[in-house]
Amino acid sequence: MRFVLRRLGFYLVAAWAALTLNFFLPRLMPGDPASALFARFAGRVSPEALQALRETFGLTDASIFSQYVTYLRHVLTGEFGISVAYFPTPVSTVIGTGLFWTIFLAGSAVLVSFTLGTLLGILAAWRRRGWVDTWLPSTFVFLGAFPYFWLAMVALYVFGFLLGWFPLGHAYGDDLAPGFNLTFLTDVARHAALPIATVVIATLGGWLLTMRNTMIGVLGSDYVNLARAKGLTPSRVVLRYAARNALLPSVTGFGMALGYVLGGSLLTEIVFSYPGQGYLLVQAVRNQDYPLMQGIFLVITLAVLGANWLVDLVYVWLDPRTREAS
Amino acid sequence: MSSTPSTAVTGFAAWWQAIRRDRKATIGAIILAVFLLVAGVGPWLVGDPDALVGIPLQPPSTSHWLGTTGQGQDVLAQLVAGTRVSLAIGFGVGLTVVLVGALVGVTAGYLGGRVDALLSLLFNVFLVIPGLPLAIVIAAYLPSGPLTLGFVLVVTGWAWNARVVRAQTLAQRKRDFVAAAVVAGESSFRIVTREILPTMTSLLLAQVIGSTVYAIGAQVGLEFLGLGDVSTITWGTNLYWAQNDSALLTGAWWTFAPTGLCVALVGFGLTMLNSGFDEITNPRLQLERAWRAHLRLRGEEPTRSTPVVMDVG
Repeated sequence: MRFVLRRLGFYLVAAWAALTLNFFLPRLMPGDPASALFARFAGRVSPEALQALRETFGLTDASIFSQYVTYLRHVLTGEFGISVAYFPTPVSTVIGTGLFWTIFLAGSAVLVSFTLGTLLGILAAWRRRGWVDTWLPSTFVFLGAFPYFWLAMVALYVFGFLLGWFPLGHAYGDDLAPGFNLTFLTDVARHAALPIATVVIATLGGWLLTMRNTMIGVLGSDYVNLARAKGLTPSRVVLRYAARNALLPSVTGFGMALGYVLGGSLLTEIVFSYPGQGYLLVQAVRNQDYPLMQGIFLVITLAVLGANWLVDLVYVWLDPRTREAS
Repeated sequence: MSSTPSTAVTGFAAWWQAIRRDRKATIGAIILAVFLLVAGVGPWLVGDPDALVGIPLQPPSTSHWLGTTGQGQDVLAQLVAGTRVSLAIGFGVGLTVVLVGALVGVTAGYLGGRVDALLSLLFNVFLVIPGLPLAIVIAAYLPSGPLTLGFVLVVTGWAWNARVVRAQTLAQRKRDFVAAAVVAGESSFRIVTREILPTMTSLLLAQVIGSTVYAIGAQVGLEFLGLGDVSTITWGTNLYWAQNDSALLTGAWWTFAPTGLCVALVGFGLTMLNSGFDEITNPRLQLERAWRAHLRLRGEEPTRSTPVVMDVG
C-alpha cells in the first residue's frame, strides 16, 4: 500500500511538472516571434481567439502568479482555451473527438505487442538456440530499427494501395454510421488492423529480447533447478516458476515504454489519416495552433501517467516483496 | 583465435581488434563506415539536390537511379545530401545526450543525499513524460532549424542515461579504490573524473551508440511532422515532402522507401556494433563463449550449462 501511495505521489509531482512546463514554455519564448505571430494571426482570426492566444502567451496585465493560478484552475476544470485551427471550438472538445481512437489504437497495439513479445521471449529462452531463438530476435531488432511511421507507409503502400486488402485510411468507412453492431465493429477492426500491426512489428523485438534475457538468467537459478529436480513438468517450471519472476523487468519497462509507443503511434496515425491525437497534432503544428498543441501534450501526458500508475498496481500484484514492505 | 580478452593492446587498437573478432560488430562497423563515407564525400558526387532535373514522380531509371520527387528533384541526390545532415545531428545529439546524462547521473550518485533526491526526481519525471509530445511543444515555440531540433532531442533524451549512470556510480562508490582515493585526500572532482568515470567507458560508449540511434529516429519523426526546417534537406524532411506530395496514394514508393531503409540500416548497424561491444566487454558473455568453444573442441554439443568449471579443463 505504501509503495502504491508513494508512486501516486510521484505521478502527481510529474503531472505538476508537466503542467508548469506547459505554462512557462510560451512565456519563455523570445518576445519578437510572439508579436510576429500575432501580426500574422491578426487578419485571420477573431478578436476572441486572439485574446485566448494572448492569455496562452501571458500577454495580459495580470501578474505571472495570478496567471499561473488561473491557468491551473482552468486545466483542472478541463478548460484548455480555444483552438485556432478549429475556431471557435474549445480545445477540450477538439481533443475529445480523437481521444477514443488514440487510446484504442495505442492501447491495443501495446497490449498485443507486450503479450506476443513476452510469450515469444519465453519460448526463445526455453528452446535456447532453437528456431525461435535463432531467427526472431535479430529479425525483430532489424524491423525495430525502422521508424514506425515508415513501416506504416510501406504497409499502407503494399497492403492498402497495391493489394487492396485493407482500407487506405480513417477509422471507419464513410458510408457507416457509428453504432454498436457487427458491421461497424468489423469495419473498425479492418481499418485498425494495419496501424496496429505496424506498431506491434516495430515494438515486439524489445519485449522479446528483455523477456528472453531475463528468462535465461532466471532459468539458471537455484529455485528453478530445484523445481526441475522435484520432477515438475517442464511447462510448469517454465511458466509458473520462471516466467512469473522474469516478467518483473518487462513490467517495469512497460510503463516507461508507454510514452514512447504512444509517440510512435501518433506518427502512425498521421500516415493512415487515423482521426486520433496524432492527426490533430499535425493540424495544430501546421496552423500554429498553440492552445491545441499544449492541450494534446497535457492530455497525453496525464494519460501516460495514469497508465503508469496502473502498471504499478500490476507490479504490486506480481511481486510480493512490494506488499511485504508495507 | 584466443578466447581470453586482450589486455596487451589498449585503446584504439584493442577496440579495432575486438570489432574484427566479433561478427556482429564487424557487420555493424562496415554498415556504419559506408554511411560515413557517403555522408563525407557523397554530396560532391551526386550533384545539386535542389535542382529540378526532370518530370516530377518519375520511377527509377538509368538517368535517375532512384527516380524523381514530387517536385522533380533527384531522389538519390536528396538522399545523399540528407545523409550528411541527419548523421551529423544524430551523432552530435547522441554525444551531447550522454554528456548531460553522465554529468547529472554522476553528480547525483556521487554526492547523494538531497542533491541525489532532487536530481533523481528530475530525471524520473523526464522519463515518465512522453517524449514526442513534449518535443513537439518545445520545438513549435522555437525557430525551426538543426539547433532547435538538437536542443529538443537532448531535452527529451538525457534522462535515461542519467538514471543508468547514477546507478553505476552508486555501485562504484562503495568499492575500495574509491574509498582509498577519498582517504588519500583526492578532490571529489578528481575522484569522479579520474576514478569513477573511467570504469564506465564501455557503458558510456554503448550509451553514445544507443542515444545516436534514438536521436536519428526521433529527428526523422519530428521532421516528418514538419517541425524541422522544411527547406533543408534531411532524411526527415524528405519523408515529410513524400507524405505531403501524397507519394503513397500515387504509388511513388521510390520517394519514401530508400530513406526509411537508410534510417533502419544505420540504426541496425549501430545496434549490431553495440551488441558486439557488449559481448566484448561483458565478462559473463565472454565466459560463456569461451566455455562453448571449449566444449566444441572436445567434440561435445554446447548446451545450457554454467561455465563454473572453466579452469579444470
